[in-house]
Amino acid sequence: MISNEHVSKVYKMGEVDLRVIKDLNLQVSHGEFVAIVGPSGSGKSTVLNLLGCLDKPTEGKILIDETDVTQLDTTALANFRGENIGFIFQSFNLIPVLSVYENIEYPLIMIQNLPEQERHKRIMELLKDVDMLDQKDKFPDQLSGGQRQRVAIARALVTKPKIVFADEPTANLDTKTSNQIITLMRNIQQEFNTTFIFATHDEKIVRVVDRIITLVDGVVTDDKRIAS
Amino acid sequence: MKNIIKMSLRNLLRSGRRTALTASLITIGVVFVLVYAALSGSFKAYMVGQITDSMLGHVQIHKKGYVASIDSLPLDKNLNQKQIEKITEFLDDNPYIESYTFRLKLGAMFSNYIASTSVRLNGINPKKETQTLPLFASRIDGSDPSSLKEGSIIVPELLAKGMNIKKDDTIVLVATNQKGSVNGLNFKVAGTSETVSGPGGRDGYIHINDVKKLLRIKQVEVSEVVVRLKDVDQLYKAMQLLKPLTLLKNEKDKPLFEIHTWEKLSPFYNIVKMLDIMDISIKIILISIVLISILNVMVMSVYERIKEIGTIAAMGTTPSTISKLFLTEGLMLGIFGTILGAMLSYVIVFVINTIGITFSFGRQDNLTLNPVLNFNEVLVVSIIVIIISLIASISPARKASKLNPVDALRQN
Ligand SMILES: Nc1ncnc2c1ncn2[C@@H]1O[C@H](COP(=O)(O)OP(=O)(O)OP(=O)(O)O)[C@@H](O)[C@H]1O
Ligand SMILES: [Mg+2]
Repeated sequence: MISNEHVSKVYKMGEVDLRVIKDLNLQVSHGEFVAIVGPSGSGKSTVLNLLGCLDKPTEGKILIDETDVTQLDTTALANFRGENIGFIFQSFNLIPVLSVYENIEYPLIMIQNLPEQERHKRIMELLKDVDMLDQKDKFPDQLSGGQRQRVAIARALVTKPKIVFADEPTANLDTKTSNQIITLMRNIQQEFNTTFIFATHDEKIVRVVDRIITLVDGVVTDDKRIAS
Repeated sequence: MKNIIKMSLRNLLRSGRRTALTASLITIGVVFVLVYAALSGSFKAYMVGQITDSMLGHVQIHKKGYVASIDSLPLDKNLNQKQIEKITEFLDDNPYIESYTFRLKLGAMFSNYIASTSVRLNGINPKKETQTLPLFASRIDGSDPSSLKEGSIIVPELLAKGMNIKKDDTIVLVATNQKGSVNGLNFKVAGTSETVSGPGGRDGYIHINDVKKLLRIKQVEVSEVVVRLKDVDQLYKAMQLLKPLTLLKNEKDKPLFEIHTWEKLSPFYNIVKMLDIMDISIKIILISIVLISILNVMVMSVYERIKEIGTIAAMGTTPSTISKLFLTEGLMLGIFGTILGAMLSYVIVFVINTIGITFSFGRQDNLTLNPVLNFNEVLVVSIIVIIISLIASISPARKASKLNPVDALRQN
């Protein structure tokens, strides 16, 4: 459960204050599959960064399952993200020096510090889920965009996060690959009841989500649920 | 930690050429320092050995004030029997001392019946002198000084050349004693002594009994006590035991004796000190090389990987782990460079010893340098380089750990 009250974000541009998010009040429940849409520059990424605990709001409170994340310091926030949040990026952002297997293993070692056996089990399962088992020893630069994004999805999910944030996850992929990736995330959401929050322009995503939040100039202008 | 090392290693290998370049820069620096230290150490040991073993000894004891007026070789500043007994007592008790010898010095007129000049002479006990100064004989041309007989003289090289004096020539020495009476004796030239710099470096040698005859002295008298230690490195311990001697006072409550170490007597000590300063300078240069090259590489490394840092930070890697990743990277670069440098230094020193590089010093040619790589030196240099690598990585690592993930992720 994510909730926030009167959240705003101001960027200082020299002398001018740029109010990018204005009085945001949002509630997202467990297992929701949500898209934030809106024109370019409307503040979608900013909202995602705030809810994903990457950035702190200028005003307001953000609560994730009772934790007021605006009160946490940098290290506590990092630990909180490591335990509760997964990220999927537009340009995949795999670590180039690590193999597919090691990329997925990274958060389990460096962040969650899980024992070897448990790690192996989880990674192998996820590799199967994202259909990358036969590519597990390759390095990111040997993979196609769709394959990289599948690895990135596995990496985001391996820590069993409550919420996954994905900023334009399909923007660098072709239609067919995008559809595969979207289906993959939808299946995972249904299987593990993981919350997914997207920031996107992609119609293909908008078509499958349960809820569409429209943002214009940092203000929510529409928030509609779609019965599935 | 294992995984941090793995990641750092992979990152180092990713920019392999840059890593190799930096590591080899450090390697060259380390080799330079270690080989220089080995060579200068060898040269220094030789030089010090040469000067102390052929002329100065390790420690000299005089009556207070003698060294200050050593140019005039004053006869009134000689040690008498009682004083010598006192000194001997101390020397015999000192476990660091190998041997010692007495010299009775004087200035005299030297004549070959054609021309005459003044000469500085050491009256020596030939057996003791050669025992205390094992390289003394190597300074002497024409005869073995350990069997210098009464009535023979070893003439300083410069004087022999200037007056065209050869072995077995007869010359006359004329001296004035303390009471003002003049005496002359004939001597046969037994050989010449090489000039070396330092007090006594231009002196001739005769038997101590001849000095007494020349000066008409009946009792025991000594100008200078020369001491050889078993191990030069124990100089300060030996001096500590001799210290009570310098505290002894005469009737007028003035100190009786003065004791000098070879360092105080030899002008070579300054050269030795200069070699040491060079050594320190080279180390400082090495430190700068390591500092600048590692700093440079690490700054580049952070700059190139901003987006990657943003990614791992977003996933939940704590700032301290990010900082450790970069510190480890710099540290490993330093360790590689050092290990390689140390190994290469051992090889180079081994090669120098096998080829045998020769040099000349004084009368001796074809002296081979035998540099030794002191393990402690290797250890100290390695530790310095490794610590400096770590220090150089601190600021880039801090920068990486302080990056805001949102800003970092926006980079391309
Ligand atoms: N660090 C920053 N400093 C100043 N202004 C910023 C900063 N980050 C974002 N902005 C501004 O905030 C506004 C919202 O940006 P944001 O990236 O959230 O938009 P977006 O909806 O994600 O756009 P897009 O669809 O193009 O990704 C924009 O006007 C942008 O210029
Ligand atoms: Mg955006």
